[in-house]
Amino acid sequence: MDNCFHCGDPCTEQTIIHDDKKFCCNGCKLVYEILSDNDLGNYYDIENNPGTSPSFSKDKFNFLENEEIVQKLLEFNEQEVQVVQLSIPSIHCSSCIWVLENLQRIHHGVKSSQVDFPKKTVRVTFNSNELDLKALAILLASIGYEPYISLDDYEEKDKKVDRSLIYKLGVAGFAFGNVMFLSFPEYFEVQEFWLDQFKGLFRWMMFAFSLPVVFYAGIDYLKSAYKGVTSGVLNIDIPIALGIIVLFVRSTIEIVFDLGTGFLDSLTGLVFFLLLGRFFQQRTYAYLSFDRDFKSYFPIAVTRLLKKHGQVEEDQVPIYKIEKGDRLLIRSGEILPVDAVLLSDKASMDYSFVTGESDHITKYLGEVLYAGGRQQSGLIEVEAIKNVEQSYLTSLWSNDVFKKKRHSSFQTLVDRISKKFTVTIISVAVIGALIWLFINPLTAINVFTAVLIVACPCAIALSTPFTMGNMLRIYGNMGLYLKESVIIERMSQIDTIVFDKTGTITTSSASQIEYKGEPLNEKEEKNLASTLRGSNHPLSRALYNELKKNDILPALDDFKEVAGKGLISRIDKEVIKVGSPSFTSSQATQEEHIETAVHVNYNQHYKGKYTFKNKYRTGVDELFERLSKDYKLHVVSGDNAGEKEHLKDLLPSGVVLKFNQQPEEKLNYIKELQSQGARVMMVGDGLNDAGALTQSDVGVSIAENVNVFTPACDGIMDASILGRMDEVITLSRKAVNIINWCFILSLFYNIIGISIALSGNLTPVMAAILMPVSSLSVVAFTTIMTNYMGRKFSNKTSQN
Amino acid sequence: MSIIYMLLAVSVVVALLFFVLFIVSVKDGQYDDTYTPSVRMLFDDEVVKTKEENNQINSK
Repeated sequence: MDNCFHCGDPCTEQTIIHDDKKFCCNGCKLVYEILSDNDLGNYYDIENNPGTSPSFSKDKFNFLENEEIVQKLLEFNEQEVQVVQLSIPSIHCSSCIWVLENLQRIHHGVKSSQVDFPKKTVRVTFNSNELDLKALAILLASIGYEPYISLDDYEEKDKKVDRSLIYKLGVAGFAFGNVMFLSFPEYFEVQEFWLDQFKGLFRWMMFAFSLPVVFYAGIDYLKSAYKGVTSGVLNIDIPIALGIIVLFVRSTIEIVFDLGTGFLDSLTGLVFFLLLGRFFQQRTYAYLSFDRDFKSYFPIAVTRLLKKHGQVEEDQVPIYKIEKGDRLLIRSGEILPVDAVLLSDKASMDYSFVTGESDHITKYLGEVLYAGGRQQSGLIEVEAIKNVEQSYLTSLWSNDVFKKKRHSSFQTLVDRISKKFTVTIISVAVIGALIWLFINPLTAINVFTAVLIVACPCAIALSTPFTMGNMLRIYGNMGLYLKESVIIERMSQIDTIVFDKTGTITTSSASQIEYKGEPLNEKEEKNLASTLRGSNHPLSRALYNELKKNDILPALDDFKEVAGKGLISRIDKEVIKVGSPSFTSSQATQEEHIETAVHVNYNQHYKGKYTFKNKYRTGVDELFERLSKDYKLHVVSGDNAGEKEHLKDLLPSGVVLKFNQQPEEKLNYIKELQSQGARVMMVGDGLNDAGALTQSDVGVSIAENVNVFTPACDGIMDASILGRMDEVITLSRKAVNIINWCFILSLFYNIIGISIALSGNLTPVMAAILMPVSSLSVVAFTTIMTNYMGRKFSNKTSQN
Repeated sequence: MSIIYMLLAVSVVVALLFFVLFIVSVKDGQYDDTYTPSVRMLFDDEVVKTKEENNQINSK
């Protein structure tokens, strides 16, 4: 099969040949034409098949006609110059950067544009006389880069970026370098006249450099230690802060009283390395958001119908301004933002995102539609009965259950070790000082401070950030994007895994259709397909797509759709009834009533049924088989129990199945498991899982496309690696093992250092060597080990 | 020997200069996006070339 020149997808439905190139659809061809007309053909030279097939309706951006919304979105607006930053999820390669930064060649109204690739945004400066925001959005969408504008963008943004860590790192690095440089002459203890003469100056300069390090760069450690002491928690920052304070005070005293050079080189180095570890750990995925709520899912505005002088006018209203009684127009594919009464005859709503129920729900004139559903049947008109804040979905979100943060009973590895460590170090220092008090009282205070200096747990404090920071990157390459590194530690302690069904272990789009009953002959099948063609019901459409062949279908003599029941049609005196069991006079059992099926009756004779089964992701059954050996598994679904038997056959026997679970029930289910002492990982996908994801120890959200909406969670996992969940968890355990090895390694250094300190022989140069050596060797060890593990993992991937 | 005072002063001034430059560049957001510029840099040649071609076509 040919692949599309523009987007690289196989041309399944049609192949359009244009300019000697093959395209899979008119959209792709159109983009090619726009680009080549504007001398942007380079787009295709930079990467192969870089494009994305454009699919959008122009009406989608109608809300950008509203001046108020436009003002909120614009970053800068002065005379005719406007600047806007748009999020474009389809940015994925260097060709994307190139074409988006050459927008001015497509439209002269664009003055300049700049892409931020990690964030997947483009900032466009344009002339408002020649181009408005709506036209810009349509322009971008027409070349396959549809901007994603959600309610989130409408809210006042806190645009301040926190760069304090980089500043602190800069200060510490700057001071470290200069102090090293100034203390270098004294390392050799050369008794030269001119060196002696400048000693004082050098020392006071070092002191000046170390002031910002202690009082600016390292202040977080002092603060955290203070908090730890006052709240009675012996955290790892206490020995670090103790080290910093002792280093600083002892050095200051030595310099002031001209006793020695002090340990300022070690002090600045220590803070620099610690901050470096923190910086390394701070790996975030700029384009992913882990704390999304309904706002990034809701549109900014919808179409409102206004009656003015007897005429109906359409306008775009920001959804916060919708009032009770407003008449709204919801197009196919749009999301209903408020609870409303249906004014059109019929609507098909897809609530899969809110409830987890995969089937569309059909509503009729006068029925109440709840907010959050995606409208699926053409154009409907509704009347709002509540405003946005009071609507079902939004009020569900502001429910305390969903907001509650999980109690942090979790202790990190470092937390656990730091308590023992702090106690041991302080007692060693005190005992050492006491013993020296009898031998040589002058050395006692030296020994006491030297122990605290040399025991400063720099290597221990560095091992976790470097290991976990590296693990985050390895996971990211695999397709699992974690919010922060502490999640890896939590993941290593998991013993129970709860899966959502719809969209998590099943694919959200495709379903399998099975036929049971008297076989249909070719003519009957054709007639059935022809009947189904007339209906817009999602099940009819799905079955029609399955049955349709390229034959010509017989014309219908008569066709009627009975609301809520099914279809009835007549072809050549043959009467076909398709629909619910009662409508087709089937002898269905209770169980059959709840499964998703289309029953067929031919000439008043019941034939059989087409059952819709969820299609499970490939490898799910094997994954459960493997996982069931080490973990307790649960499947919790918002769907009805129609799939129960099928699921039981598919999954190993120990798996607990729960159906008809509301979002709160899912959350409580997790809570119950936790109260029994289980450490729970929740794997879900939709808004209906949001509460459970927050409650669980590790909440992982599965996404087929990581750029689209995912509920608030600890990590986003690409659906393609779901089948390797067991390896993912094992990897986290190995990472924790590496940290344990690092602890042993740094304890070994500590024992050497402390024994030197106890003998009263610690010189500044020794401390200045020992500290970086121990830190760097630990960092090197963990980097090599994690990379080795990551490579082993990705090798396996390439073999698969 | 007083030259060492000069040298010290110069070294500190130079170091401070670079430090200030670093802070200013961070403040400007130069380190916010460390990926895109690396790609953008590679485009420049091609863009210039096509512009020249355009001019040639236009002048013809």
